[in-house]
Amino acid sequence: MKIKTFLFIPPVLFLIILGVNLLFVSYRPPQRVNQLIMSSIGDASFLNPILAQDSASSEINSLVYNGLIKYDRNLQNFVGVLAESWKVEDGKEPRIIFSLRKGVRWHDGKEFTAHDVKFTYDKIMDEKTNTVRRSDYELVKGAEVLDPYTFRVTYKQPFSPGLGTWSMGIIPKHLLEKEDINTTSFNRKPVGTGPFRFVEWVTDEKIVVEANPQYFEGKPGLDRIIYRIIPETSLSEMELLTKGVDYYGVLPHQYRRMSEVSFLKIYSQPVFSYSYLGYNLNNPLFQDKKVRQAFSHAINREELVQYVLYGFGAVISGPFPSHLWYYNPNVKPVPYDLQKARQLLSEAGWKDRDGDGILDKDGKPFRFKLITNSGNDIRRDVGVLVQRQLRELGVDVTFETYEWSIFLKNFINARHFDACILGWGLSPDPDDYMIWHSSQIEKGFNFISYRNPEADRLWEEGRKEYDVEKRKQIYWRIHELIAEDQPYTFLYMPLGISALQRNFFLMERDEKGKEALQEIRLEKAGLMYDLIKWTVPKGIGLER
Amino acid sequence: MAQYLIRRLLYTFITLVGISVISWIIITQAPGSPIAITMDPKVSPKIVEQMEKNYDLDKPIYQQYFLWLKRLFTGNLYSFKDGRPVLDKIGERIWNTLLLNLVSILIIFSLAIPLGIFSARRQYTFLDNLGTFGAYLGISIPGFWLAYLLILGTVKLFGYPVLGMRSFVTEDLSSLEIVMDRLWHLMLPSIILAIGGIAALSRYTRSSMLEVIRQDYVRTAKAKGLPEETVYYKHALRNALLPIVTLFGFLIPGLIGGSIIMETVFAWPGIGRLAYQAVLARDYPVVMTINTISAVLVLIGNFIADMLYAIVDPRIRYQ
Repeated sequence: MKIKTFLFIPPVLFLIILGVNLLFVSYRPPQRVNQLIMSSIGDASFLNPILAQDSASSEINSLVYNGLIKYDRNLQNFVGVLAESWKVEDGKEPRIIFSLRKGVRWHDGKEFTAHDVKFTYDKIMDEKTNTVRRSDYELVKGAEVLDPYTFRVTYKQPFSPGLGTWSMGIIPKHLLEKEDINTTSFNRKPVGTGPFRFVEWVTDEKIVVEANPQYFEGKPGLDRIIYRIIPETSLSEMELLTKGVDYYGVLPHQYRRMSEVSFLKIYSQPVFSYSYLGYNLNNPLFQDKKVRQAFSHAINREELVQYVLYGFGAVISGPFPSHLWYYNPNVKPVPYDLQKARQLLSEAGWKDRDGDGILDKDGKPFRFKLITNSGNDIRRDVGVLVQRQLRELGVDVTFETYEWSIFLKNFINARHFDACILGWGLSPDPDDYMIWHSSQIEKGFNFISYRNPEADRLWEEGRKEYDVEKRKQIYWRIHELIAEDQPYTFLYMPLGISALQRNFFLMERDEKGKEALQEIRLEKAGLMYDLIKWTVPKGIGLER
Repeated sequence: MAQYLIRRLLYTFITLVGISVISWIIITQAPGSPIAITMDPKVSPKIVEQMEKNYDLDKPIYQQYFLWLKRLFTGNLYSFKDGRPVLDKIGERIWNTLLLNLVSILIIFSLAIPLGIFSARRQYTFLDNLGTFGAYLGISIPGFWLAYLLILGTVKLFGYPVLGMRSFVTEDLSSLEIVMDRLWHLMLPSIILAIGGIAALSRYTRSSMLEVIRQDYVRTAKAKGLPEETVYYKHALRNALLPIVTLFGFLIPGLIGGSIIMETVFAWPGIGRLAYQAVLARDYPVVMTINTISAVLVLIGNFIADMLYAIVDPRIRYQ
């Protein structure tokens, strides 16, 4: 008897606990805190701006650390952050002199000086430091501290994209001097000068930062920001619905569901990347410009955007983000026109002479292999559509996907491919020398072997020119040249979509110090550009 | 017995070395590298070379293996991904995994054994058939699918956060509410993890029980007029549970090993997710260390299982 009773205690106990727990969650205690919860698909790696490579780390670093300068809200010019002002001295070896802000303190109370800037630079240049940032400063000849509030950089040659690299977060010398930068525990409990102070990092769960009351631009409006690590995108959507997350980058297929939720506001704008179909120009098939132009006419990009991106993409005409100043709006995307495509191909000598439905020239049918990396469903779908659309033109395309590392090693880096589908992530500076200049064919990122002497000269000029207006002329011309040559078929630039709970507002102060709430605006520099002014006003968002 | 133990330990050690060498070869020779994963035009190839050197990836594979061993035992082993000591990374997650698995095992045993006995006593009745059906369902339904359904359902029903180990807005909560919140977050993943186990173990108990009650001594006990309850729960059950006791040995590796899928689905910060991320990032030190730890646990588990056999069943003797 006893054993029998004993055996049935655990299940009963289990059911009781479960029941009480269910009661608890259905009663849902109300709460409201002036904080922002964001979600990230992966945990951060280094909360140290010179080591971080992943987006989660970079986002948090941008809250905890400051650079000397940063882009303005239109991503065109710079505004000072730790630097109050700066001066570019033109010449054969141009110099940039930064005058630093006085009275800025690290989160631990010590004062920030030019020695910290020099230390950050030295650490990046140290070969023992595992940083990829070193490439940014390869053209720097030297950096000196003139006095505690003046810092000077000398370049080996004029290099305008160099200015933007000083938006790199500055790390504290006094805390890192004696540490091994690659493994120090500082990388997990950072101290910066930024608007938010680090509070805690619970591995694979969350990272918390709180408002820095001593911040030199004023205390942020939010008390706290929490990064939650949610390893699966559909789960982030669930959390957004239970208000466990306030902000989330929505995937195109989730948009429709999200847009129906009354407490969410949805924003969208182009992101800094584009997808393309790249032709290996060493392959005789693609050496004729007319063939590439014909392909661009035959690939219906609108359809790609419609079916693969659920409409969340823009068709672009060249290698730049369509909403920024260096994108030439006068260049129009190649229109979808099968007739024109056929005509261009026959001008290039490709005709269906044997009547098998496949174009041929000199007895050889038009056949090639299109490749991309596996694990990217969007690229896979694009590949299948492109294959079908080119088939209509009479071109026989085989399409294959390979694991990323093999794809890079055996095909892209070996320059052993016919055509590939890939994408580029860009930065706000237009200098894509590494992708397009003919000096980068051998070992760099110009793996399609694109050569255009005029474009080469312009890329060189563009990185030497510091004047934004003159640079604009240069990049507009480059845009025209590349659009004419069609070394890539530019497929699309995706739109980034983000969802934000409606209880956040911007707290703007006018000159008299009067506060006014405003809707959060989407800037070219992103939704978070004015993050330090965000707040959750009292009386909003209490319902749960 | 002592001689057997020594021999057994020696074999275990050799197996362990074999496992670590083979997995080192497989892991490092698999395509991909910890560094060249990104394709960023702003990073020059020179930097990649330098970083490979910093991580000792330019050394021959056997040297890398010994370096790994040396660093593991001197405590100087750092992850490639975030530069943290590998043992710290494992140490902080191991308790989360342990908690989740312990609770799910508790659920498995507390529900499966009574369920099995219940079914055995009512063999071929409607309730038994229902139990059999439920067990097949439990074994064959993919856990992650069920997990998504459960998450969707509870979110729709309660609107209460389910992911992770706790809710994130806990300022206004009392300590009892915080306990409840933690319990809620623990409940769903451990139930899902337990379902397969409940199904399997209840079947196991049922058949073991059925086998025992056909034995002569059970008939003898019944014949001499003992109440049926006593026969079942005292005489038969003890013998029926013997093989189940030995299952404990095999549970040990599972306790620490973690479940990649469930930890990902429920955003649970455990070992399984760490291992999976490390594999994706080709973080060799982390992958290898977790691999070795699981190997050790499997070997210990087998060892304990063998010992338990000998202890519970006097007929088995190791020479």
